Amino acid sequence: MHPAFSIIFFTTASGAGYGLLFALGLLVPLGLLPQGSGFGFVALAVGLGLVTAGLLSSMLHLGHPERAWRALSQWRSSWLSREGVMSLLTYAPAAVFGIAWVFFGEPGGVAGLFGWLMAALALVTVYCTAMIYASLKTIRQWHNPYVPPNYLLLSLASGLLLANTLAALFGGARGWLLVLGALALAAAWVAKEAYWRAFGTAGPTATPESATGLGRLGRVRLLEAPHSEENYLLKEMGFRAGREHAERLRMIARGAGFAAPLALTLLAWLTGGVVAAVLLVVAVLAAAAGLIAERWLFFAEAKHTVINYYGGARAA
Amino acid sequence: MTSLPEPMPGAKKLGLVIDLDTCVGCHACAVACKEWNTGGHMAPLTDLAAYGADPDGVWFNRIHSFEAGEQGHGCTSRTVHFPKSCLHCEKPDCVTVCPTGASYKRAEDGIVLVNESLCIGCKLCSWACPYGAREFDEDVGVMKKCTLCIDRIYNPHLEAEERVPACVMVCPTSSRHFGDLGDPDSAVSTLVRDRRGYDLMPEMGYQPVNKYLPPRPRPVVPEDQRVARNAGQPSRAEKGFAELLRWVDKALTR
Repeated sequence: MHPAFSIIFFTTASGAGYGLLFALGLLVPLGLLPQGSGFGFVALAVGLGLVTAGLLSSMLHLGHPERAWRALSQWRSSWLSREGVMSLLTYAPAAVFGIAWVFFGEPGGVAGLFGWLMAALALVTVYCTAMIYASLKTIRQWHNPYVPPNYLLLSLASGLLLANTLAALFGGARGWLLVLGALALAAAWVAKEAYWRAFGTAGPTATPESATGLGRLGRVRLLEAPHSEENYLLKEMGFRAGREHAERLRMIARGAGFAAPLALTLLAWLTGGVVAAVLLVVAVLAAAAGLIAERWLFFAEAKHTVINYYGGARAA
Repeated sequence: MTSLPEPMPGAKKLGLVIDLDTCVGCHACAVACKEWNTGGHMAPLTDLAAYGADPDGVWFNRIHSFEAGEQGHGCTSRTVHFPKSCLHCEKPDCVTVCPTGASYKRAEDGIVLVNESLCIGCKLCSWACPYGAREFDEDVGVMKKCTLCIDRIYNPHLEAEERVPACVMVCPTSSRHFGDLGDPDSAVSTLVRDRRGYDLMPEMGYQPVNKYLPPRPRPVVPEDQRVARNAGQPSRAEKGFAELLRWVDKALTR
């Protein structure tokens, strides 16, 4: 599948944003993160900013962005519609929780209930995003039970990393949360490795033989393509990642997306203070680069059944 | 509404039956489709840089050519021309994934359509289609697909015999048949039964309405009518005759 930057940015940025909103909504009402209005303002602004930037970026991908509101109507059948509805719903408790915390310095009590609601909706939104891909039977790399846990763990790991970084910047780093953040990164890494092992280089579902029904005659190969130039189908679904290129990006995803933030988080736990804050900022930058590489691969290595009609199945 | 209509027993299922035995791969169906539909229900079928270096455009019908069978063994493999357009599936995920309700399946005849004025151009339906039946129109910003020539088959301004999809109308070898596959006694259903018509990618579970008729098996030539394996090798008599000619030639040129 063609790795469109608008969607790569949307899924990574909103994933991290929702992960941060989840951490804030869950932990702040319990008094487990800094309670100050300053921290509240900056942390919620980062979380909601990432989410909003991601949503706007995903709208850039549309042929008719001005009609985007129509996507809220078909939640009965469409995961994309459900994602849209859930992403918008998350703003409501976020607004109540944010106003109570930032303007009234009251993130606990009744406002805390809205925080928990925001946390729950943030997770549900990320799950919906994952299900958009996991529900597509046409793509083996997406239509499998590894995808939703992958998305949730990556969102959680990047969100906790942001929460730890912001807390450290405000001088309120918590040792146990740093350890939890490191564990989340490790869990996300393990889940991603398992995904890569199972589906990274697998071919498409179905075969040229079943796609044409000509398997009864023997092996099927494309003799002549229907068109001389690339059409929409080949541009959108015929994208093929070069093997060496993919391997290099996988190393970037491993190193920058998982290993470096994991090591830096643990270092920050050991050092504390200003050093910890600096280490964590570096970890965030590394994770951003790593996650973009990871998401590029998620799209670029996904193989659609339509390539069975274009002789692409065996060469891949 | 992108939820699918309740399947009714005996409901109309309009679709195509494509005969891979007789298709000669002339692309007339693709051209006739383009010609009709660029002014039809889903108009226009945009072309970009049609005369440029990298032409691109929306087509509802594409004709692939495959070689099937064991390659490199002389005449055991065969060429099959393979026209492909929307199969108007009974379980079309392209409809259910649509977030806006632009994609829908008609309850009355099973045709899968796009309401262009609701489409936001998210392209998710084209990802959900295993067959590559949908093509995005960059210029208009909406998804386009085969309408089964809905503006021909119900068109009272056309002669009755012309109320068939443009691709069916134009096919010079009558390899494309249009009809109601929900009616077991229709001509198309009979054809599918007689010729063992089949579904493409049945394992995907989309239950396509369109059916494909397999190439007929090649007639087997009886052993005694086959050209001998050593055909081309001169027989003993021929060798003797050649010997004689050589002797004559030698004698005359002496």
